Amino acid sequence: MAEPTFLFDGEPTPYAEGQSVGAALTAAGIRSWRTTRVGGRPRGLFCGIGICFDCLVTVDGRPNERACLVRVANGMRVTTQEGTGHGDLEV
Amino acid sequence: MSDVVVVGGGIVGAACAYYAAGAGLAVTVVDRGPAGAGTTSRGEGNILVSDKAPGPELTLALWSRQLWHQIGADLGDEPLELERKGGLVVAATESAMASLTRFARDQQEAGVDTVPVPAGALHEHEPHLAPDLAGGVLYGQDLQVQPVAAAAALLTGARARGAQVRTGVEAVGLVRDARGGVTGLVTDHGTVPAGAVVNATGTWGGVLSERLGCAVPVLPRRGFILVTEPLPRVVRHKVYSADYVDNVASSDAGLETSTVVEGTKGGTVLVGASRERVGYDDAFSPEVVRRLAAQATRIFPFLARVRVIRTYHGFRPYCPDHRPVIGPDPRVPGVFHACGHEGAGIGLAPATGRLLADLLSGAEPGVDPAPYSPGRFLEVARG
Repeated sequence: MAEPTFLFDGEPTPYAEGQSVGAALTAAGIRSWRTTRVGGRPRGLFCGIGICFDCLVTVDGRPNERACLVRVANGMRVTTQEGTGHGDLEV
Repeated sequence: MSDVVVVGGGIVGAACAYYAAGAGLAVTVVDRGPAGAGTTSRGEGNILVSDKAPGPELTLALWSRQLWHQIGADLGDEPLELERKGGLVVAATESAMASLTRFARDQQEAGVDTVPVPAGALHEHEPHLAPDLAGGVLYGQDLQVQPVAAAAALLTGARARGAQVRTGVEAVGLVRDARGGVTGLVTDHGTVPAGAVVNATGTWGGVLSERLGCAVPVLPRRGFILVTEPLPRVVRHKVYSADYVDNVASSDAGLETSTVVEGTKGGTVLVGASRERVGYDDAFSPEVVRRLAAQATRIFPFLARVRVIRTYHGFRPYCPDHRPVIGPDPRVPGVFHACGHEGAGIGLAPATGRLLADLLSGAEPGVDPAPYSPGRFLEVARG
């Protein structure tokens, strides 16, 4: 049976059962998955326990999920979040 | 010795201090909390002419928005987060559109710039509006500020003109001379000698006026605001539903809600507005929040895809005749009121401060002060 994977920006990425998105990305050597709204600076895990909202990421099309709290699942689509993650709404 | 002590460091007290100091008066501001922490911090920063029918409040609002422009020119737009964005009032039904059109026609005659927007053109102004609205009216004169930042900027401006600002100081009562005139303010941190005391305590103006021996009827009217996650610019104007105007003008004690939506410089979108007379009941109300969210989604369907990250609520200083209380109190020489602006305190603050400074310094007032006079309550009482 194939190892379970989730997709990070379209790339199949392995994970261990029970890991958070943030833990799985870090284990895969990926340290940033968001850019800040104003300066476009990279962001990843900071507090790791759901308090700081620094590790926001888009999960299955929903922006602003906390990577440290969302449990990763087979086939989950995780994408780098640019700014607010709602750029499609800009008028 | 101060010429005047202003009680209240919210937006109205800050504007009073700014203009009184500008008129050459020696000013002390006291606030029992930090500056701008009362109702000033609980609204959206609306500077509206659009929601006001012709009358004394609109007269004050039209003058006040000019003064906001001047303040922006003097202190800079940035510290105030002053945005000259305009308002768009939308009607969901043909009958609401008909009454909005009549309302706007009367406003136009009173000096308000109004531009009717047919249903088919709404999306040119606000692309995210629901597709089935009946139309709207554009009000180019509406503005927005970040109210706490604006109050801080005005207080800073007042200090640059020599005013003193003392926070954590609560007003207790008056010192009066043998003829009854004011010679100072008693506080929980000693007495502040002054020839005049300004009651700029907003929603608490009723309470303070009793301590000063000249009660005015100002009561709390609670309102909630929802705050979304930060977004790109999704709403260009202040957008609100036509029924907001009726809610503002009503005196109903029960819960009334209408839809007011605006973006902020910080990226969050603010969603209001509720009105209810529940005293100073500070409890969270899931019912109000649910209604506000549902109504806003009716006007802006995209909001259903956006998260609310927090809510806040506060108490508007409601006056039964919906007019602010500005001017000298006829019962106690030296006491002036500048309170009771309900939901319009941010917008009306500069005109209030300027009018009060004119009355304090004996200058010719920029508008007729009679409609706002505290004396009007005594005339009613005498019958």
